[in-house]
Amino acid sequence: MGQWPGLVTTDDTHPATLTERIALPIPGPALRARIEPNATAPELIRNFCIIAHIDHGKSTLADRMLQLTGVVEPRAMRAQYLDRMDIERERGITIKSQAVRMPWQVGEQAHALNMIDTPGHVDFTYEVSRSLAACEGAVLLVDAAQGIEAQTLANLYLAMENDLEIIPVLNKIDLPAAQPEKYAEEIAGLVGGDPEDVLKVSGKTGEGVEALLDRIVERIPAPVGDADAPARAMIFDSVYDTYRGVVTYVRVVDGNLNPRERIAMMSTRATHELLEIGVISPEAIPTKGLGVGEVGYLITGVKDVRQSKVGDTVTNMAKPAEEALGGYSDPKPMVFSGLYPVDGTDYPALRDALDKLKLNDAALNYEPETSVALGFGFRVGFLGLLHLEIVRERLEREFDLDLISTAPNVVYDVTLDDGTEVKVTNPSEFPGGKIKEVREPVVRATILAPSEFVGTVMGLCNDRRGQMLGMDYLSEDRVELRFTLPLAEIVFDFFDHLKSRTRGYASLDYEPSGDQAADLVKVDILLQGEQVDAFSAIVHKDKAYDYGVMMTAKLKEIIPRQQFEVPIQAAVGARVIARETVRAMRKDVLAKCYGGDISRKRKLLEKQKEGKKRMKNIGSVEVPKDAFIAALSSDGGGGKDAKDKKK
Amino acid sequence: MPALPEGTPVPDDGALPGWVRPSPSGPDDAGRPFGVYVHVPFCSVRCGYCDFNTYTASELGGGANQAAYATTALREVDLARRVLDDAGLGSRPVSTVFFGGGTPTMLPAADLARILRGIDDTWGLAGGAEITTEANPDSVTPESLRLLADAGFTRVSFGMQSAVPHVLATLERTHDPRRVPDVVTWARDVGLDVSLDLIYGTPGESLADWRASLETVLGTGVDHVSAYALVVEPGTKMHAQVRRGELALPDEDDQAAKYELADDLLTEAGLGWYEVSNWARGPEHACRHNLAYWRGDDWWGIGPGAHSYVAGPARGDDAVAGIEGIEGVEGVDGIEHAGVRWWNVKHPRRYAALLESGSSPGAGRELLTPAEAQLERVLLGVRVREGLEVAALDPSRRAAVAGLVARGLVDGVAAVRGRVVLTRRGRLLADSVVRELTP
Repeated sequence: MGQWPGLVTTDDTHPATLTERIALPIPGPALRARIEPNATAPELIRNFCIIAHIDHGKSTLADRMLQLTGVVEPRAMRAQYLDRMDIERERGITIKSQAVRMPWQVGEQAHALNMIDTPGHVDFTYEVSRSLAACEGAVLLVDAAQGIEAQTLANLYLAMENDLEIIPVLNKIDLPAAQPEKYAEEIAGLVGGDPEDVLKVSGKTGEGVEALLDRIVERIPAPVGDADAPARAMIFDSVYDTYRGVVTYVRVVDGNLNPRERIAMMSTRATHELLEIGVISPEAIPTKGLGVGEVGYLITGVKDVRQSKVGDTVTNMAKPAEEALGGYSDPKPMVFSGLYPVDGTDYPALRDALDKLKLNDAALNYEPETSVALGFGFRVGFLGLLHLEIVRERLEREFDLDLISTAPNVVYDVTLDDGTEVKVTNPSEFPGGKIKEVREPVVRATILAPSEFVGTVMGLCNDRRGQMLGMDYLSEDRVELRFTLPLAEIVFDFFDHLKSRTRGYASLDYEPSGDQAADLVKVDILLQGEQVDAFSAIVHKDKAYDYGVMMTAKLKEIIPRQQFEVPIQAAVGARVIARETVRAMRKDVLAKCYGGDISRKRKLLEKQKEGKKRMKNIGSVEVPKDAFIAALSSDGGGGKDAKDKKK
Repeated sequence: MPALPEGTPVPDDGALPGWVRPSPSGPDDAGRPFGVYVHVPFCSVRCGYCDFNTYTASELGGGANQAAYATTALREVDLARRVLDDAGLGSRPVSTVFFGGGTPTMLPAADLARILRGIDDTWGLAGGAEITTEANPDSVTPESLRLLADAGFTRVSFGMQSAVPHVLATLERTHDPRRVPDVVTWARDVGLDVSLDLIYGTPGESLADWRASLETVLGTGVDHVSAYALVVEPGTKMHAQVRRGELALPDEDDQAAKYELADDLLTEAGLGWYEVSNWARGPEHACRHNLAYWRGDDWWGIGPGAHSYVAGPARGDDAVAGIEGIEGVEGVDGIEHAGVRWWNVKHPRRYAALLESGSSPGAGRELLTPAEAQLERVLLGVRVREGLEVAALDPSRRAAVAGLVARGLVDGVAAVRGRVVLTRRGRLLADSVVRELTP
């Protein structure tokens, strides 16, 4: 085994070219026999993930690893192989994680490396935590020109809490703006160790990536489990595939799973036949099973990802484990928004589209809802703002729907004086009676910013009812600030303000952190005395006036003059707190109209009549649908927020 | 200048669609009056607000000189005669002729007279025909007015716009307002019926300025007044000035107040409204040519950029068209048509060249569907005091009349008698009314 066995034989399962095999330490058939799925000793397995901020080059690095390990041929290389959906490709983010098995030789030994791709965004903390739980180590990837960002830091802490071995890496060292020394020091300060130990790579050119693969083998501990115990495998992802049904990604902890046996989901006790089991390298390859420490996929024929929940434990029905693996929880929607078709006749199409998306998105839930202003639609729960934005964009793009979404809101637990408890997911349903207590969700937020903006960030968080938990200098000029903040304050244009006040330098991460009682009231908006449910908002008592003034002023600008005067009021209960008036339109017609003007005049009227079809009537007030969109999106919209977040 | 509408090409010989034919109601009679408009596309200067198809001598350069204009216009009269003859519509005498511009009186009175004579020679003028020309107060003399009256003109409409110097300056009008009473007297002395045109809502015009203009007009004792709200059209110099912030856009509430003031003062003085922007001392002083536009009669527009219209056979006869709206006639393309409108090329030089080569100067035309004709009928019909028959509305929209009466936009007494007549509030909001009255 002192030679490259790859020189002696051609190997169909090995797509890399001959020349590459000469140059790279990819194990040949003899060595590879020792790392066959279901027959690999745990000590030859390395399970790792990559923790990185969006745009710090994770996908490019992953591509490069697939190429260097011969899993993907260079000419078959689709840029960013792991990101499947178009939206992900365009946004440069990864929504759904997957796991790829890669062979790599260090010294005389072949190893099986399982790279588990983690979602990189704040909304998917739970999925990230399950991906991390499937690994023994993590590559901390940081852009050498930008330094660490808040979300990366949050995931890093999560990885450290899970006792993962951290391999710090600076990426994009080929960039002219790279400052590897500076950021190596910053990272070393966070994870401990010597700045010299921070690897420097370029996913783009491939520089340093082989050394990184070697380092993964050397440093990351091999998985440990009991091969003889009843099978226990943790689900870290599940994806709906049109042809195969749900594909479930698992990490085997104890025992092993084999095709054709019956498996059980420990949270639901549901059982399924294991139709297929295998590994991804880079396409699905069925195997005879998966053993301790291995990572792969299962297919049982179920059609809904809810039957295969992330975090759940899979066991053998005939020989079930007694105790499930820890850490399971149900995805809990944190942010709600009403989604309405602009054209009311699209309602059934919207329902069908949501039903389809739900198959692949366990966190998506929705209920039909009727709005006086917007007609028939759905109240939809999301993990967060990005999740909302992704779902809305998929509905518009893949299903060709034209949608209005109401301002995002959180869930409130309201207790009435008589002890009745009400869960409010739509502000217009906020109870009107005597209220004893209102509780709102809070988050623990981490903000990284250049030190010159510390005062600005503190001011902003203070305005948003934040409480400071602490502050640390990451380096001389970068600071980590920690706050608890009501989630409601974050879903409402917080990120826009944070970005604009720090000239784009601050980054934000947050995680749910329970709830708190707060002095909250519902502000209603009335047009000519009629409540416009889509504009109702639940705000802190001290902010009610500001909201009322802002919303009435905005509507005054947007609502066209009618034939009569239209009062716009903001009210808390029966008390009007702000008022504007759209004066009556007095004339629309004084232009001349002679022979040469008639065509023009007729076409203008035809256009106006066409425009009327896009009007909604609130009482007798005609409001253009665009006005709803404008009023709901500019300040209150999560859309803009989430879009900026990828930057 | 406003762009010409989009349309389909006009045939080289200017022929009307085959489905245009005389109404079966009478021999050699299309059942509706016929008018002629003559556009004179010349001005001494271009005013800042103006978007009409007109040119100053320096803008025109050589090739399309004013001296040859009468000859060119008469070529189109010839073409019109052939086209109408071919359609079987050629034997109607002309009820009204209107010379507009531009400034028609930029042409020597003799040229205007020559064009009018050509029209008379071609179709004959009906007994009591109304012959109007527009004029600038500084482009007429007692002599030129007498020549016009002698040639058969019966009416002159002066572009006065305002009596207030700073308002005229903003509009870039060059005439001396003190001249207006004089030109009115000269015109009346030679037997011409006189109208004065006013513009209100000019940036910087106060309500007092507007009142002064109205009082000046009333002081002249004219029998007809047109008053238009200033509309700042894209492409005009004033539009650019507003965009640059040099002029404040006229405020619509201010315009509404000025409309109401005009209506008050003119009514008090015995001039009643007969169209949204027109007042006359009795029906005999109303402009019959303009009424023909609002009633959907046929007219031929001579001159660059001029529009023409010929209705379908059932049109113009309420007895036929009234109950079920407008009947269409099926054309060769299988679509029902209820009228044809066309418009000439805009530039005087190209206009002249086409006619000289024997071609129609038509730049494009539209064949109106019954629905389009219906919308036009309503939008034009409600503008005039005689109003529109409720029975002429689409059946689905007749019920809307009651709501309009309730909101004070349509006169209740007239509605009970079966006609839609706007109240003053309704006149100010006529576009909204039309939207409610059409499907």
